[in-house]
Amino acid sequence: MWASSTANALRISCASKAHLSPAFSLSRCFSSVLDGLKYASSHEWVKHEGPVATIGITDHAQDHLGEVVFVELPEPGGSVSQGGSFGAVESVKATSDVNSPISGEIVEVNSKLAESPGLINKSPYEDGWMIKLKPSNPSELESLMGSKEYTKFCEEEDAAH
Amino acid sequence: MANPSQLQALKIGGPLMNLIKLKGVPILQQLNLEECLLRTSSRNWCIINQGTNQPTIVMGVSGKPAELLKIESVLCDQIPVVRRFTGGGTVVVDPNTIFVTFICNKDAVAGLQPYPQPIMSWTGALYNKVFQGIGDFHLRGNDYVFGDHKFGGNAQSITKNRWIHHTSFLWDYEVRNVAYLKLPARAPLYRLARGHLEFICRMKDYMSRSEFISRTIEATKTHFSLRSARGRIH
Repeated sequence: MWASSTANALRISCASKAHLSPAFSLSRCFSSVLDGLKYASSHEWVKHEGPVATIGITDHAQDHLGEVVFVELPEPGGSVSQGGSFGAVESVKATSDVNSPISGEIVEVNSKLAESPGLINKSPYEDGWMIKLKPSNPSELESLMGSKEYTKFCEEEDAAH
Repeated sequence: MANPSQLQALKIGGPLMNLIKLKGVPILQQLNLEECLLRTSSRNWCIINQGTNQPTIVMGVSGKPAELLKIESVLCDQIPVVRRFTGGGTVVVDPNTIFVTFICNKDAVAGLQPYPQPIMSWTGALYNKVFQGIGDFHLRGNDYVFGDHKFGGNAQSITKNRWIHHTSFLWDYEVRNVAYLKLPARAPLYRLARGHLEFICRMKDYMSRSEFISRTIEATKTHFSLRSARGRIH
């Protein structure tokens, strides 16, 4: 039963932008990767909806970092460049930079993370979102990975170590 | 640019690492140096600082003084309090603390994923070589211990392409300095609610300073080609 449900989970569904479907990867830690998002090689995701893009870290990242105990976020109104750091997460003994997959003006930050940093572990793609920004160059999204590519990227990264 | 003998060493000994040996450099200055090297250098670095100049409390990036320190005593005795850029807990450091730091590019250690736990394990293996046969050393959670007594505290920071792992080793400590710290709310299970003095131990009871430093350098050489960095710290 486990084998057949895993086999079903391997199929990546092509969801419309109206909703997101989980596409489960075969990475060693079985991290989830969602369709409809774009992914950076530094393990952040971005969801582009109209004028706003929402950004957070992936399930793969939160799993490898461990329990998040503190989140450092910028103030709204600032700007960030593609690949640049906009904040950090602390997990036990380590701070880890979080980098923006695209450039833009920060319009909102997730204030719930101050009291509940563990949302990043429990719900990395939904309640654990980190910032929203107004993209200054939407074409940057084309340079990011889709779900299939990111799944493969994670598998290769884990296999190499 | 490496000279021919350094190039030969590179072929045999692995990536180049620059070694900085300091003595009594204030911990705030050391931390400023480390953050600068982490974020603006593309080289690998090992920093060994034998002691800071005066007793200083060093907190992790998210530490809250009211929760972790006996503030009245700290203020009364005018103990400096520094917040570092890495994670982790609170420590009182002084001239008898030995600091060892590794700053590396993410591909400097073959097969090492730049995440907290793999880096911690790698350092545990390195220090296993340093303390081989001495005092039942091991990495317990995120601490270096002899038996179940902690003598080394660790913290890390990981950027896009580099990481730092730094350690404060309690070669010796003053009981009165430990008294500035409250019991932390978040503690490893093996601590078993022990107070500070029952939890920690002195490295000097196991090894001399000079032996520790030379063994650490030798252990580092098994991964890197070490080169002493020149220059002055102002």
